[in-house]
Amino acid sequence: MVNSVVKKIVNGDVRVAAKLIRDIDDGTPGTREILKALYGHTGNAYIIGITGAPGVGKSTVADQMVHALRKNGKTVGVLAVDPTSPLSGGAILGDRIRMQRHSLDEGVFIRSLATRGQFGGLTQSTRSAIDVVDAMGKDYIIVETVGVGQDEIDIAKSAHTTVIVVVPGMGDNIQAIKAGIFEVGDIFVINKSDRPDAEKTLNDLKAMIDITRKKFKKEGWEPPILMAEAVSNKGIVELLNEIEKHRKNRKALSRESIIRHKKAIARFELIDMIKSRLVEEALNHIINSLEFKKYLDCIMDGTKDPYSACDELLSAKLNFLEDENTE
Amino acid sequence: MSNRRRIKVLISVIGLDGHSTGAEIVSRFLMDAGMEVVYLGIYQTPEMIVSAAIQETVDVIGISSHASNYEQIGLLIDLMKKDNLNDIPVICGGTIPKQYAEVLIKKGVSKIFPPQSTSESIINYIVSSVKR
Repeated sequence: MVNSVVKKIVNGDVRVAAKLIRDIDDGTPGTREILKALYGHTGNAYIIGITGAPGVGKSTVADQMVHALRKNGKTVGVLAVDPTSPLSGGAILGDRIRMQRHSLDEGVFIRSLATRGQFGGLTQSTRSAIDVVDAMGKDYIIVETVGVGQDEIDIAKSAHTTVIVVVPGMGDNIQAIKAGIFEVGDIFVINKSDRPDAEKTLNDLKAMIDITRKKFKKEGWEPPILMAEAVSNKGIVELLNEIEKHRKNRKALSRESIIRHKKAIARFELIDMIKSRLVEEALNHIINSLEFKKYLDCIMDGTKDPYSACDELLSAKLNFLEDENTE
Repeated sequence: MSNRRRIKVLISVIGLDGHSTGAEIVSRFLMDAGMEVVYLGIYQTPEMIVSAAIQETVDVIGISSHASNYEQIGLLIDLMKKDNLNDIPVICGGTIPKQYAEVLIKKGVSKIFPPQSTSESIINYIVSSVKR
């Protein structure tokens, strides 16, 4: 069963691949076994992350990139991540609107993903979805995320090239994403650059990423800032050229630094995977226990403070934590 | 962790029809009901809708129609049968006259919600049709 699924995905079966991504999202039992078997078929796609505040035109940029890559005969997968409503748990996944002209192209696979998980599961499920599309044999995978959270920054870290999109006249949008996200940008795009203030944004951006640029410069890469009007396909060829340059630059690094880089990413991803499974399973184990309900009642009627409740629950349910508590 | 499961619905306006408001409102209240909505927008052909439904692995397809283009909905049903997607229920909303509604139901549309339908009735129908 696992083998036939893997074989179908490697042969590019859209339906089976799409179903597996759904199972990853839903946490369907047995999915991990398929992912284990699929992993050997991954590692061939070039992964491009696109991130930025809502409304800056990430989907339009992605759409134009798909168009240009297809013209060059490359196959493309797009994973578009949109936020889940924390109130209802639902989501509107609207990124396809900008990309539907590629829906009948067999060389393009587009998939919307909602952030869902309350255990930081976004990075896990998105990475697994990347693996699935990678195994399908797509040359490029574009991962589009709203660049405002730690999870999104983590996804950006997994991409080979991370593109950060901003727009003029939205000082606040730079403010919103500057904490953390600018450090992971390999290429910056000022979209909607026909708007007034584009020059000002360019200067602001230059000042803001100056430190990052110096750091990168040591590795032979100074993140460029490009002007674009994605809706009229301006600046997209230049963007793809820069991505290609960045790709070559990565390849040109010394063998040691490539291995060091790869190991750092592998380490980061493994820790992340362990973390999310650990938290999910441990948390479920604790909050579904009778003790948890008892302690909650104690807090409510004032016979227990939450600090003691937390300590006692952890030592009762996860006894390996005891050592730390007694120290 | 089956508690992570969500109902996933595709919402689209079909054919030469630019009336997006109904589809947008439905998308919004389905999201508020805890569903994931893949919204395709306007001017979608049956082929584009089928392709998106496959790539997104949706549970239900919702079609909005306000431009007397009911034959497009019929074509969608035909295409879904051809592509072995007839296990996905198709529901429709909008200004669809009774006599056409009957034709579409015969053709294989699961349910048609006329104007004045409540959001509850649509949500409840989707939930019950996905449970199975």
